[in-house]
Amino acid sequence: MPTLRSLGPILVAAALYAGLAALVTNSYYQLTLTLVLVWAIFGLSWNLLSGYTGLVSFGHAAFFGLGAYTTALGQIYLGLSPWLLIPAGAVVGGLAGLIVGIPTFRLRGHYFALAMLAYPLAMLYVFEWLGFQEVTLPIKRDAPFAYMQFSDPRLYTLVALVMLLAVVLITRAIEGSRFGMALLAIKQNEAAAEAAGINTLAWKLRAIALSGAIAGAVGAFYAVVLLVVTPPSVFGMLVSAQALTVSMFGGVGTVWGPLIGAAVLIPVSEILHAELGARIPGIQGVIFGLAIMAVILLAPEGVYWRVRDRLRQRRAAAPVPEAPPAAVEAGVVPFAAPARPSRARRRTGEVLLSVRGLSKSFGGLKAVQNVSFDVHEGMILGIIGPNGAGKTTLFNLLNGFLRPDAGQVIVAGRDRVGAMPHELARAGIGRTFQVMRPFLRMSVRDNVRVGAYLRAGSEDEARRLADAAVEQVGLSAVADRIAGQLTTKELRLMELARALAGQPRLLLLDETLAGLGHGEADEVVAVIRRLAEGGITIVIIEHTMQAMVRLVDHFLVLDHGAVLVDGEPEQVTRDPQVIEAYLGKKWVAHAHA
Amino acid sequence: MAQVVENMLQALAAGLLAGAIYGLMCVGLGLIFGVMRVINFAQGDVMMLGMYAAYYLFLSFGVQAVFGSVFGPYVAILLSGPLLFAFGYLIHRFLISRVTGARTTRLEGEGHFAQLILTLGVALVLQNGGLIVFGSVLASIRTPLSSSAWEIGPLWGEDVAVFVNKARGIAALISVAAMIVLSAVITRSRLGKALRASADNPEAATYMGIDIDRSHRIAFGLGSAITAVAGGLLATNYPFHPYIGIDYVIVMYAGVVLGGLGSITGAFWGGMTIGLVQQLSTLILPTQLQNAAIFAVFLLIVFFRPQGFFGRMVERT
Repeated sequence: MPTLRSLGPILVAAALYAGLAALVTNSYYQLTLTLVLVWAIFGLSWNLLSGYTGLVSFGHAAFFGLGAYTTALGQIYLGLSPWLLIPAGAVVGGLAGLIVGIPTFRLRGHYFALAMLAYPLAMLYVFEWLGFQEVTLPIKRDAPFAYMQFSDPRLYTLVALVMLLAVVLITRAIEGSRFGMALLAIKQNEAAAEAAGINTLAWKLRAIALSGAIAGAVGAFYAVVLLVVTPPSVFGMLVSAQALTVSMFGGVGTVWGPLIGAAVLIPVSEILHAELGARIPGIQGVIFGLAIMAVILLAPEGVYWRVRDRLRQRRAAAPVPEAPPAAVEAGVVPFAAPARPSRARRRTGEVLLSVRGLSKSFGGLKAVQNVSFDVHEGMILGIIGPNGAGKTTLFNLLNGFLRPDAGQVIVAGRDRVGAMPHELARAGIGRTFQVMRPFLRMSVRDNVRVGAYLRAGSEDEARRLADAAVEQVGLSAVADRIAGQLTTKELRLMELARALAGQPRLLLLDETLAGLGHGEADEVVAVIRRLAEGGITIVIIEHTMQAMVRLVDHFLVLDHGAVLVDGEPEQVTRDPQVIEAYLGKKWVAHAHA
Repeated sequence: MAQVVENMLQALAAGLLAGAIYGLMCVGLGLIFGVMRVINFAQGDVMMLGMYAAYYLFLSFGVQAVFGSVFGPYVAILLSGPLLFAFGYLIHRFLISRVTGARTTRLEGEGHFAQLILTLGVALVLQNGGLIVFGSVLASIRTPLSSSAWEIGPLWGEDVAVFVNKARGIAALISVAAMIVLSAVITRSRLGKALRASADNPEAATYMGIDIDRSHRIAFGLGSAITAVAGGLLATNYPFHPYIGIDYVIVMYAGVVLGGLGSITGAFWGGMTIGLVQQLSTLILPTQLQNAAIFAVFLLIVFFRPQGFFGRMVERT
């Protein structure tokens, strides 16, 4: 939750702004002061969705316009007051957000951006066709205050300032909470977020509903201020661009971005419009276009981040990340004698995961064919196989990223085929990734916290679970560092901690040892072994046997998507088929010699 | 009954004629997207520039005087091609290239947004700059052909006849011819091979000695020129203004997505389909909703078949 202290700068800025507004008597400048706030709110609305989730919306005018028409039509046909219609605009905008979000979130990247562009432009034509080319709000001379028709334009600025403060508070509250963390996690890596137990669709829908509600409310207020609503002025491309411009200019993903952007760009363009608009129509659009281009070319991260990074650099030279360790030479001596500690539990535990006849094809490629195996509670199962053997595909089938063509994945007695990754995470399956998926801009602690929300009921509990997981993997010393500054080994351990924070019963580790030097691999192996001793069941993928023979209780060897051998480590390392798959035929005789 | 049939045939003819021009327009955008994977929001405004380029070449630069008012417009339109090629080439050289290519591969998702937003900025400058330079008065390239028509028929007994506006017919024929020439260039020529190699696998193309940045510049220039020519052809039938681009950018994206992002011939057929949808929708919908119908079709395509009808899936999750 935002503390009073962290709100200090915002409250001071608001007070100064109110003071400035009180001094301005020129009604045009007063209007500009109101519009700065309007576009700042609209920018914050856009930022809430696109800034935090990274899904760029080119269609926020849809929500803005619906809000504006809610006020205009509600006042004309129902005689309602804007005091009621602005909240109504928020409801309409929020519902529109949900209606747009449900189908559109199936799309990603380019397709999402393009689809969002189409909504407001389609509405523009529909509203023109409905005959609302130019709607004027009726003047209510008898009850100006009840209809928000103030004779003193300073009151509009005041109303807008209150709305802005409310939106800033909402944004700040979200930023530090599970909601904000979920959105940031989605932005940085949606698949990792889903695997960490975040129901990404649900959070995105909440974000777009809230974002749409804010846009609807501010659109409704905009109509009250300008008194005239036309489809191009509220659904037009320039409106959506406005939200994007002020946010991009100021910096996305922070509450300050849209505020800075609006405070700089709106007065500039309004003054240009006032001074030159009559002689040079369109100058406003040109300035906006140039501003967008300049920002992208010169400071693509926006003013806020640029300034902040500068200040940080000045304050302390950034710690130099250690050089990534050299990669292990792959599979040269895979057949060293097994030297693992003898442990009591082998196949005594209950069957936690049972895979039956699992198959998956991509076109003609049979990535996984009829794979069956059991994982007993408390064991460490190693899945090995050459590159392209279908190991990662198998994991993707197990944790719900892919849906198998045939077969069953039975977790604790229940077939979970078709469940979403976050549901499986909830059922106790955690995983890490071959290609690491850290949230680079977040601290180690926060990275791990994302995983903890799976089990945590409150922010405090999430923090506690995260700290415990960080300690379990031995990263407490670097817990406050940004993930981008970690070494490969530390990142591997952090991913492990993120999975652990969700309190899994079964951990799927995808090439956790890849890219680590000998000593480093040993450290990670020690951590994994400790986890197993602590009662977590582990399935680990590697393509080399080297480190694995010392770690696992049981091996499953995959080749061309099918199970080649299933057995104890000693037995597997001597199996001619395995040697052949790894080294080729000529080594088979050699190995037996 | 005869009236219904005639209306349908007339709408079909109008759809085919508009579709051929839309198809060419889409090919320009499809080429840029196919080679560079850049979504260019300014494409509609490049088309607008093409319209004005043809307009001024025709009226002010003597093309009308030399070639007369029947052939003149088409000469001016073809001349606008090289002009807009240079424009696109330079825009890429000085703006787009700074946010694409090797530098942005590290940025993953955010790199794409930089491109999208940069082209949005270019679009705003062109639209509003166009307003400043050209004014808001509707312009049109007048040709005597646009007020005469060929009559096809009578077809069904004596009652049904279809009229084909001569200017639109010729514009459609030129579009199809341009498309055929372009296909030949892309599939046969050395340049076309370099473009396709750059699109398929930029890294491998580099090893083969292909200058990717040059391919991208040429693709951007060529894509701009093609769309501009299509715009000029459209301008012989429809009046235009500096803000016309936004109406067509969606038409173009709908066509390109329909054809499958990355497929050039797909883009042409996609544009053709959009033309048909637009014109046939007038049979059942009010004219003002023509464009809303396009958006609806566009959204349906994006939702149900994002890989398009003619292309393959190019974006993976």
